[in-house]
Amino acid sequence: MTITTPAVPDTVANAAATPEKVQPYAALGLKEDEYLRIREILGRRPTSGELAMYSVMWSEHCSYKSSKPYLRQFGQKVSEKMKKNLMVGMGENAGVVDVGEGWAVTFKIESHNHPSFIEPFQGAATGVGGIVRDIISMGARPVAVMDALRFGDIDDPDTARVVHGVVSGISFYGNCLGLPNIGGETYFDSVYQANPLVNALAVGVLRHEDLHLANARGVGNKVVLFGARTGGDGIGGASILASDSFSAGGPTKRPAVQVGDPFAEKVLIECCLELFAKGLVEGIQDLGAAGISCATSELASNGDGGMFIDLEKVLLRDPTLTAEEILMSESQERMMAIVTPEKLEGFLAVVDKWDVETSVLGEVTDTGRLVINWRGEEIVNVEPRTVAVDGPVYDRPVAYPTWIDALQADTAARLPRSTDLRADLLTLLGSPNLSDKRWITNQYDKYVLGNTALSFPDDGGMVRVDEESGLGFAVATDANGRYCQLDPYRGAQLALAEAFRNVAATGATPVAVSDCLNFGSPENPEVMWQFSKAVEGLADGCLELEIPVTGGNVSFYNQTGDVPIHPTPVVAVLGVIDDVARRIPSGWQDEGNNIYLLGTTRDELDGSAWAGTLHDHLGGMPPIVDFGAELRLAGLLSAAAEQSLAASAHDLADGGLAQALAEAVLRFGIGARVWITELMQRDGVDATAALFSESTARMLVSVPREDDVRFQGLCEGRGYEFLRIGVTEDSGALEVQDQFTIPVEELRRVHTATMSDRFGAVVG
Amino acid sequence: MTKIGVITFPGSLDDRDAQRAIRLVGAEPVALWHGDHSLDGVDAVVLPGGFSYGDYLRAGAIASHAPIMTEVIEAAGRGVPVLGICNGFQMLSEARLLPGAHTRNAHQQFIRRDQKLRVENASTAWTNAFTAGDEIVIPLKNADGRFVADDAEIQRIEGNGQVVFRYVDVNPNGSMNDIAGVSNERGNVVGLMPHPEHATEPGFGPDMPDAMRSGTDGLRFFTSALAALLSA
Repeated sequence: MTITTPAVPDTVANAAATPEKVQPYAALGLKEDEYLRIREILGRRPTSGELAMYSVMWSEHCSYKSSKPYLRQFGQKVSEKMKKNLMVGMGENAGVVDVGEGWAVTFKIESHNHPSFIEPFQGAATGVGGIVRDIISMGARPVAVMDALRFGDIDDPDTARVVHGVVSGISFYGNCLGLPNIGGETYFDSVYQANPLVNALAVGVLRHEDLHLANARGVGNKVVLFGARTGGDGIGGASILASDSFSAGGPTKRPAVQVGDPFAEKVLIECCLELFAKGLVEGIQDLGAAGISCATSELASNGDGGMFIDLEKVLLRDPTLTAEEILMSESQERMMAIVTPEKLEGFLAVVDKWDVETSVLGEVTDTGRLVINWRGEEIVNVEPRTVAVDGPVYDRPVAYPTWIDALQADTAARLPRSTDLRADLLTLLGSPNLSDKRWITNQYDKYVLGNTALSFPDDGGMVRVDEESGLGFAVATDANGRYCQLDPYRGAQLALAEAFRNVAATGATPVAVSDCLNFGSPENPEVMWQFSKAVEGLADGCLELEIPVTGGNVSFYNQTGDVPIHPTPVVAVLGVIDDVARRIPSGWQDEGNNIYLLGTTRDELDGSAWAGTLHDHLGGMPPIVDFGAELRLAGLLSAAAEQSLAASAHDLADGGLAQALAEAVLRFGIGARVWITELMQRDGVDATAALFSESTARMLVSVPREDDVRFQGLCEGRGYEFLRIGVTEDSGALEVQDQFTIPVEELRRVHTATMSDRFGAVVG
Repeated sequence: MTKIGVITFPGSLDDRDAQRAIRLVGAEPVALWHGDHSLDGVDAVVLPGGFSYGDYLRAGAIASHAPIMTEVIEAAGRGVPVLGICNGFQMLSEARLLPGAHTRNAHQQFIRRDQKLRVENASTAWTNAFTAGDEIVIPLKNADGRFVADDAEIQRIEGNGQVVFRYVDVNPNGSMNDIAGVSNERGNVVGLMPHPEHATEPGFGPDMPDAMRSGTDGLRFFTSALAALLSA
């Protein structure tokens, strides 16, 4: 993309005097009616600087113009209970939840999909960097990250390029930042071939009194930009990359990808935390998508409304940048703070200590206008809300997909069920989506900060917040795009239910949700239907579970040509646990424990891993969601954790009981003897369904013999279905009686070979 | 109370973890700053892990020239116990307080694993609570952890007993002679790639055969230093 640089800056006066000048709004991603609306708002044509600002801030990525009307449900479908512990909800940099003892947790998940396809290493790295800055902006110390990844077909030659780049980018940035990576998920599916999903989640902790918000209040307060210098990287990232589809044969868009420097960000974190601790900052905002355009207009909109900026004060990496490029640059590792004049000296002393470059750009005013000067001339004069808040909102056409009835009618009932369940289990265990992901996770630091109580491959990550009391949080992400393709309403609810269950399996109580909604083009009415249904499902589900959505983001235009990805609403659930010492791991640690299956198994194989992997089939209706059961199951697990009755708990999801058994064996290498006949009789299912059905609200729990009576009493007391289906053994094998026996070593070999055969040996 | 300093460089990551480990053995951690010319009268010094200055020149190279390193080198000369963990080890090598150097892992990837080590020398200031031949589990995480030295140097440190730790079962980064950690001749300065501060608290350490995350073998590094200071 080229931006024409006028010989003389395009001033406000010049714009008023030359209404006929032709402007490159289309090249900047603006539609004609949007451009005309800008002219109407300003009562003149925009200057080139204003046009740059509006173009990035009115992009789909920044303005949510297609999704806003739907996202309002998250704020409307709420109960009193959902509001009770919510300190900051949607709309700020990240949601904040009161977790007790004076502590709060802030978390958010965000996409960095398109940059990660063009330049996987930097795209993924800066995805981590961006979400971490959102967390810092709330006044919190970032304490953990995780990633939800979707790649194309594992055997496509281009997939290795993307996998190596993305994983090493996350590893490089997160490890250098000193943040433990505690979980996440990785799926392969050809629908993501030229459009991988890289959704990065970060969690931070803070004391209640340290909460900071992004607003510019107090006339005369200084507007300070600090951190890395501003360069030419990432110009138009939000408007060009994130808000348009890739087209084959088009120009590469690499210059629009930012370049990350985790060292600069680490120093920035420590610097910000010292600024917060010393009370030197009034308001703060990170610079991400749309850079200075976003930070100035949002800070002003959320505050007193007026701001003056001298753009020439911005420290540049490249002195040839034009004013428009400076406004749009998405250079990483930058923050903008509002500082009172009295505290400026103290502020500068702290940034100086950390060798962080800083410049005072301007101040808060009472004019109600955001005015930006460049070399002594006024190049921007706008009402900030028109840029940051009152962008266009689209009521996009919605159409029920023409293909979906046929898809739902084509159920898995017609698929043959084999008699070799041993082979079925091994095929599933070694399939790309269910295989061992240590090739990835061994490249992440899970130890740093010393508070990680659980991490991959456990169901959720868990981190201690308070070293004295043991108070902690757990977090898990989930999304099954195949389910969402079959039924986006139920699919989104299934993602919510599974993330909720994963958190419950650790012994924590789920309290809040963040979501990253990955969809195709909003200009496709069928995609908009999928989006509307997914959001509706999620909002209804959150209301039933009574946990609020605290933030997240929407990523549209995930498609190649005309083919959209499967709808992939990644749901992150946050939970709280009084003492992480009572956490529950996912695998068996001791022999001689009883194995219980909680919940009811139905014959639900539509959309399952069994159907997809063994039969290359996707059709029918995904499993039934029962939030009432999920709530009761979570309550049961929380009570079991409190009384230390469960030695392990592992949720049943992709691959059903068989996969859960294999994973529980592989966690610590303890074998098991399992019987399923009673289960088949009780629930009226055959062996294939007993082993591979993906019915929800189920969990595999192991219980020490001495706690058996109490555990059964707990299940009976709470009226939850439970069945003893086996016992752990130091037998070196997983035996399913009357069916098969598989040595642990064979399970392990099959489980780990899939990734290492394609991407290289698992190190470690 | 014994005071053990932990130096924070720009890009240090495990400094608070090292401070916690010091607290856990009943000593007082003292936060030291790379830009100061003072060790605040501490009895021992830890250079923690991380990516000081982003490891942008060579790992540990820039930090080895930090102002406070003048005092660290002087203190090491006086026999003060000095421990370098991972990036701290790299700094001590760059400062020539310890033999050898580090290059990129042989497999070119960052690696994090629960690593088995053998204690080869249990008479240093940081290992006297072990017995030579002890096998311990300490988390390892690095990108530039491959220990290298020329033949003469390898022979010299092997002959002098300056090889303090060796990797067991798996050599995770291609280090020569499986060397995981070394000391100076006097034995008061020790550096190793694995992170003892991550194996000090039950529930947050490496997986052990009896229970997950239960490994606390790292505590003995710090109790060793306390014993060395008492007997000094």
